[in-house]
Amino acid sequence: MIQRLLPHPLLTPILALIWMLLANEFSAGHALLGLLLGWAIPIFTLRFWPEQTRIRRPLTLLRFIAVVLYDILIANLAVAKLIVSRPRRLQPAFLEVPLDVRSDLAISLLANTISLTPGTVSAELSPERDRLLVHALHATDTEALVATIKTRYEAPLKEVFEE
Amino acid sequence: MLEYVLAFLIIAGGAFTFIGSLGLARLRDFYSRLHGPTKATTLGVGCVLIASAVYFSQGDQPSLHEILITLFLFITAPVSAHLLAKAALHLKLTSVARRPESENLE
Repeated sequence: MIQRLLPHPLLTPILALIWMLLANEFSAGHALLGLLLGWAIPIFTLRFWPEQTRIRRPLTLLRFIAVVLYDILIANLAVAKLIVSRPRRLQPAFLEVPLDVRSDLAISLLANTISLTPGTVSAELSPERDRLLVHALHATDTEALVATIKTRYEAPLKEVFEE
Repeated sequence: MLEYVLAFLIIAGGAFTFIGSLGLARLRDFYSRLHGPTKATTLGVGCVLIASAVYFSQGDQPSLHEILITLFLFITAPVSAHLLAKAALHLKLTSVARRPESENLE
């Protein structure tokens, strides 16, 4: 019953918060309206969200977000420097990252994180969903880069969404 | 004092957005050019949005809907880059990097 009425308990507060940010007003009225929308939207869009998402370790998730934000800053500076200084001498490379994560959400989050951070763009997911093809703007040591992606981004995502 | 910080943020934002666009002209192949819009531009827009949030929060109400723009940008920019890269691989565009073995890229 509670499953039917509240299929995605996490989505409700998130949607309410997004509503208040959209309205740009933090009042009780908008909070109520936001909660109402946050309750109704998941029910009407249930077909698009077949699997339950559960966050196992909220603290790991927060730390992951902090790490990613910091890395976005660093990656931006690094890419800007590469573009300005010596675009002719870049060594772009394709790398294949073997995936340990299995769920849709974890894979998409990982792919998005890779695109936002260290000079890499995720290009293709293999049909068996076990490898991710990544294009790196400047990679002299591809194995080290793959190892960094796996330990820095994939491991925490696996902990939060799958373990 | 605050005005200097805001001015700095806006100028930095403009500079990063410009560098991101400059990448489109200076980088050698399509795949490398994808890096400009996903990275340098994100920080550029981020700087401008922080400046906007701070400036419009000076009244009685905080202005935080800029956070949403950042969030949506972080969700959409990598997705469009991913689709562009996927299309490029499918069309077998020339690449400076050695292309991956292509049996699984259909």
